[in-house]
Amino acid sequence: MRRIHAHGVETYPHECCGALLGRDGDSAREVTDLLPLANRRDDSPHNRFEVTPDDVRLAEKTAREKRVELLGWYHSHPDAPARPSEYDRDHAWPWYSYIIVSVQKGEPRDTTSWRLQDDRAAYDPESIETLAHSAGAE
Amino acid sequence: MAVKVMIPTPLRTYAGKQESVDLQAGTVGEALSALTTKFVELKKHLYSDDGRLRSFVNVYVNDEDIRYLQKDQTRVKEGDTISIVPSIAGGTPPEEHSHRN
Repeated sequence: MRRIHAHGVETYPHECCGALLGRDGDSAREVTDLLPLANRRDDSPHNRFEVTPDDVRLAEKTAREKRVELLGWYHSHPDAPARPSEYDRDHAWPWYSYIIVSVQKGEPRDTTSWRLQDDRAAYDPESIETLAHSAGAE
Repeated sequence: MAVKVMIPTPLRTYAGKQESVDLQAGTVGEALSALTTKFVELKKHLYSDDGRLRSFVNVYVNDEDIRYLQKDQTRVKEGDTISIVPSIAGGTPPEEHSHRN
């Protein structure tokens, strides 16, 4: 989690983004590595992020090389709550986990994780647990 | 023409958990139509309510983005691979921003 927070602080007041790599278990997902990516929304980076298809392919390739799965994505909400916006929902893919960190005045605050429902109507929250050996704890 | 459509991980649940689907089609549009006819649940994730491909759904024939070809009218030939590749977007609407000093 520290690495996600650090990325959000580094890019503040712009949004950061990156890929979540790890293992998809029956009852939980374990994020074992992160791939920080550049926010490609040069026109409005303070309240939008974009990961291009080329970067998605890079994330998929990185996951294959590490023998793990591309589980989802993280991004920051500078000076805004860590909850998915309508814009997030409208642009979300199912199955992926979406971690959002709120960065208030340059400091990381709440962190949440969400997954889009099958009918695209809303997100389901996912609980987050930081493990001693996980990528986020590095 | 027999073509292969590669399904990205987040959509495999809606396509029989398959990595790829073999279909008969003459154009990209026909291939996607055949795909969403076969797997109806895929449709809402690929197309918006007005029937247009969602902006974050990218379609390639072999390694060429169809936006730079003839879009859904792009012709395909025997053995071509059509890939559906996500782009990821999101963010905070301005009205949700708290006051910034």
